[in-house]
Amino acid sequence: MAGGGSETMSAEENDKADRPGPMLTEANQRKARGRLGRDVQSKIGQQLRAMYDNVVNEGVPDRFVEMLRRLDEPKSAEESNSEKGVN
Amino acid sequence: MLDPTLRDQMLAAVPSLRAFAISLSGNVDRADDLVQETLLRAIANIESFQPGTNMSAWLFTILRNLFRSEYRKRRREVEDADGSYAESLKSHPEQSSRLEFNEFRAALAKLPQDQREALILVGASGFSYEEAARICECAVGTIKSRVNRARNRLADLLAIEGADDFGPDHATRAILSAGGGRG
Repeated sequence: MAGGGSETMSAEENDKADRPGPMLTEANQRKARGRLGRDVQSKIGQQLRAMYDNVVNEGVPDRFVEMLRRLDEPKSAEESNSEKGVN
Repeated sequence: MLDPTLRDQMLAAVPSLRAFAISLSGNVDRADDLVQETLLRAIANIESFQPGTNMSAWLFTILRNLFRSEYRKRRREVEDADGSYAESLKSHPEQSSRLEFNEFRAALAKLPQDQREALILVGASGFSYEEAARICECAVGTIKSRVNRARNRLADLLAIEGADDFGPDHATRAILSAGGGRG
């Protein structure tokens, strides 16, 4: 899969990476380019996204859904005495 | 209480917030606490959120600030490059071997924090350089330079520490360097 996908990946990567900031000298850029093979660049991108998406794909854990739902109900146990009837 | 639209926007941001928090803290439980605290902060300060702007970016900013203030206090605990993070994950990316994954994770943890967060925001979270700069409260050029340095450093670390282990394609690399394909 690395072979087939790497070209598109690199293109995307390069699109982001190749706009040099003012702080990067040309020499640094060349040096970086020379050291980083395209496949290494794209592999870094792939690994990074794989690691990240692995967590993203777990979705929203219940604790957060419940937390936000609880905040949505002003009549929680502690408050319901004084807030009764008020919505 | 909380506008349902805003609540839904917050919930929608949670998966990505967690991924960012885990990348920063290296620990799933701490990351989830961080996300929870972020949401509570956000709700408490919801009037400072401008509707129509990027909720996700706003939450990332809060989370990053929380992490940085906490990190300063607990710096030593964070040095956890060798895999409790990987151990605690429910599953691993199928496309990379466990070894590869752990090595990548360890290398990422060795980056200076500024570089790591810049790389993650741009390279994984999908923020533009401009958005990442706002989240990190720095200049766009600074973000670009951090991302570039992060990539170079990662490549160095992975090449030095595991030239043969970093991916199955030792051969591919040889072919690439021999046969053009270089920009």
